[in-house]
Order: sequence, then C-alpha cells, then structure tokens
Amino acid sequence: MEKLLRNNTFSGWLMATPLTIVLIIFLVLPIIMIVVVSFWQATEFSIIPAFDLENYEFLFGSPVTYKVFLNTFKYAAITWFFTLTIGFTVAYFLAFHVRSLTWQIALFLLCTIPFWTSNIIRMISWIPFLGRNGIANSALISWGVIDEPLEWLLFSDFAVILAFVHLYTLFMVVPIFNTMMRIDRSLIEAARDAGATGVQILWNVIIPLTKPGIMIGTIFVVTLVMGDFITVRFMSGSQSANVGRLISNDIALLAYPSAAATAVVLLLTVLIVIGVLLRFVDIRKEL
Amino acid sequence: MEPRPRSFYVLAGFFTLFLLFLYGPTLTIGILSFQGPEGGLTFPMRGTSLHWFRDLFEQQAVGDIWGSFRRSFALGLMVMVTTVVVSVMGGLAFRKRFPGSLVLFYLIITSLVIPSILISLGVGLMFSQTRIQVHWATSGFGSQLTWTLPFGLLIMFAIFNRFDKSYEEAARDLGATSWQTLRHVVLPIIAPSLIGVALFGFTLSYDEFARTLLTAGSHNTLPLEIFGMTTNVTTPVLYALGTLTTAFSLIMIGFFLCITWWSAKRRAKAGSDAGKGMV
Repeated sequence: MEKLLRNNTFSGWLMATPLTIVLIIFLVLPIIMIVVVSFWQATEFSIIPAFDLENYEFLFGSPVTYKVFLNTFKYAAITWFFTLTIGFTVAYFLAFHVRSLTWQIALFLLCTIPFWTSNIIRMISWIPFLGRNGIANSALISWGVIDEPLEWLLFSDFAVILAFVHLYTLFMVVPIFNTMMRIDRSLIEAARDAGATGVQILWNVIIPLTKPGIMIGTIFVVTLVMGDFITVRFMSGSQSANVGRLISNDIALLAYPSAAATAVVLLLTVLIVIGVLLRFVDIRKEL
Repeated sequence: MEPRPRSFYVLAGFFTLFLLFLYGPTLTIGILSFQGPEGGLTFPMRGTSLHWFRDLFEQQAVGDIWGSFRRSFALGLMVMVTTVVVSVMGGLAFRKRFPGSLVLFYLIITSLVIPSILISLGVGLMFSQTRIQVHWATSGFGSQLTWTLPFGLLIMFAIFNRFDKSYEEAARDLGATSWQTLRHVVLPIIAPSLIGVALFGFTLSYDEFARTLLTAGSHNTLPLEIFGMTTNVTTPVLYALGTLTTAFSLIMIGFFLCITWWSAKRRAKAGSDAGKGMV
C-alpha cells in the first residue's frame, strides 16, 4: 500500500477522485444533457426526444438572436472598460502608494468584503439612489441641473452597466493587485534611476508586468457579464435583453429544447472568448 | 521617508470615492430599513422605527423567510465543509503531475466560467429526465459546488505555489511515511489558509442564486426567497431583510477573519526556535 501511495500517478488519481466525481456529475453530465436536449422537440406540455435541428434553425433564423447577442457583447465590452479602468487605478493605489503592509491588507479586505455579500441585495440597494424620487434625481434637481426627474436612471441600460460595474469591479482589483504586489520594486527604482518619469514607469514597466492580472480579471468580468441574466432583468426592469435572459425566458415558458439550444451557443461563445484570453496568460503560474 | 507625491492624494481621493460607490448603496438601504411605518422605498425618512423588522418576524405572508434562512445556512455549512475537503485533496493531487491533470484543470476553469444558468438548466433537466426530485440538499448542493470548488482550488494552487518543499523533504529524511508527512507537516502548515477556502465556500453558497434557481426544488433558499420578494413586495420590509442578511454575512466574514488573525498570532508566538540554541 505504502509503495502504491508513493506512486505519483496512483496517489494523484486517488486525491483527485472526489473533485472528478463532483465535476462529472454536476458539470460534464449537465452540459451533455443540454447538448442532447437542444436537439429535442417541445410541445406545450412536455419535451420529446428526437434529433431535430429545428431549435437551431429557429435560433439562427431569428433577427432577435443576433440583436441579443450583440447586446450581450456590448454589455461585456462597456463593463470591461469601466471595471478595468477603476480596478487598475484602485489596485495601483493600493500596491504602489500605500506604504505599510498592514494598511495594504486592511484596505484590500475592505475592497473585497462586498464580494462575500449577496448580489441581489446589492442590486436592490440601487433603488433608493436611482428611483424617480431617488437621491440622484433629488440632488440634481436641488442643484438646478435638471427640472424634471430623469427617467432613465433606473430600469435602463445605464442602470444595468452601473450594477455590473458595482458588482464586478472587485474581480479586476483582486488579480491586478495580486500581480502588482509581485513586481520586483528594484525594477521601478532602476527605471527611475535611468530617468523615467512617473508616467513612463507606469506605461513601460508597471502595465506590461501587470498584464497577467489584467487578463485574469478580464476572464472573470467577461464571463460573469456574458452569463448573467438576473442583473439585466432586474436593473433594466425587463426592458433590455441579453442571452441569459433569452434562456431564462424560454425556461419560464418550459421551452427547454429551445433554451438548451441557446445555452449551447452561449457556452461555445464564452469558451471561444476564454480560449483566446487564455493564450495570453498561464493561470496556474500567476496564482 | 520621501514626501508623498501629489498623485498620492489624487489616487487616495479616487479610492475613497470607490469605497463610497461600493458601500454607499448598502448603507442607504441599511438606513432606509429603519423607515417609519408610513415610509416608502426612497427618502425622505418618515420617522424612524423598527416597524419593518417587526413585520419580518411577525407576518408570514411574504413567504417562508426563516425556513429559507435555515436551509441556506445548512446548505452553506455543507458546501463549506465539502469545498475545504475536496479542494485540499485536489490541491494535493495537482502537485503530482498525474496523467489527465491537464484535462481536470480545464474542467475546473470551465466550471468557473460557465454561465450559472447553464448549470441550473442542465442539472434541472438531468434530474427531471431521470425522474429524481430536485432538492436543495442534493441537486442544489452539487450545483453550488461547481461554483465554490474552482475558487477553493485556485486558492489551493496559490498556497502550494508558495509552499516550501524542503519541509517535506526534511520529514522524509527523518523517516516519516507519506501519510505522516501529510498529517504532521503539510496540513498544519496550510491550515490557516484553509480558513480562506472555508470563507469562500460558505459565503458563495449562502448568496448563490442562479445555480440554485432550477435545482433547489420546492423549498427555496434565502436568495431565491429574496428574489421572489423583489417582484411583489414594494415596502421597506425588503430593505429590512436585505439589511439583516447583509449583517449576517458581515458577521460570518468577521468571524472568519478573526480566526485567521488569531491563528496567525498563535503561530507567530509558537514560532521557530531556530537559532535560539540548545547548547
């Protein structure tokens, strides 16, 4: 037994068994199930096993699909831009301007705590700000900027993007901060000794060395936004759609085969995007 | 120490605004949950009262809040324990380059990036087609693991990347078996970091919504219950519930952070006696 355990292959497999079982039952099999069901037919009351391309024909034949996919990419791109800008600035401040490690850890924790609280509550908490009689509108009116309350603050694309940025900026802060903390400080000193200005150090030294962190953050933000359905539904007041909502609407109508077909296309899209991003970073080396 | 550059103050201002952006809305609903009985979902406050909290405890018309809280709490603990155990084993497995490890690694990444609704849909379909009832403690539990395990494993990878192998070699040189090395050397060293894995396991499960949507069965978890309320409750009772569960989350986070701090302190105290000398 001891000899067997010393064998790397055997003990590796043994240790990985629970993980493999969980992932097979709750990840691999469900994906296979979705792919299979996407070829089935649906009646009003039930779904029937078949091999039918109808779901895909309908999906690719409908102009709504393209519009919704385009909208999903739009949300992802805009959210990515804002989370990256804000996340990079925050991480840069923490890593290079806060001088004591204790303060760095304390402020970093302050940035991550909301991640461990409920997303739904954090969405709800925008209502008193953005509502018709909310804080934003009252403030703008009392400052004389506007006369009428703005209607597009809540239940709009603006609200959706705001909520995305609010929910997901920490996914940028954490990996970028992590990579920045591993940058050898003597490189920055060397750049300064060689006469580089602050901006030059930022652009030619820090940003290139932070790229892996940026990539990991990008993977998180892009996949979370592309797979989301609840933020879009809640913050747009059901007025905007992304692919996730297309799927959840089909589910609500019990049109599982059609939901499955959309899900397959969404999964492929996400995996292609991630596949491209992973070419730029080796995740395991960066942890 | 050299004086702070002007950019420090600009960035500090930006950081403060960011924190305000992060916490402001939550604080606002915290304040608004103390609305008077006549108050609405926005300012102004019409008096202050505990009316909406009392509502939460008394009236059960809004749904089974306490039942769903108990379920979410139990599920959170189940997911937490499983995540810690499975992640540690997985982390140890990945230190050995076993055949198939690359495939498993990509499965973990897939599990992390797959849209949550796909897990919900796939697991729901799988259970309904095999005529097994979905239940929060079976299908819901497994679905949540596909979200917590990748985080647990990423933390384990980070821990083992920084792990000094010479401790193990020393143990082996002294004649320890691989089990003894694991039990008496490796596990005690990584133990404090496992609190982090536990924190992720519990909180991510406690707040998970999308993956439990179609897999929780007839008994809702708390996030599902809250989401149900957003569509039909238009009083500050929603804020009161939000404030309570956020407070609960914060207590749990504080609890985990305190254990981490305490164990780091204990370790520093009991630290190395190297160089102190026996002779």
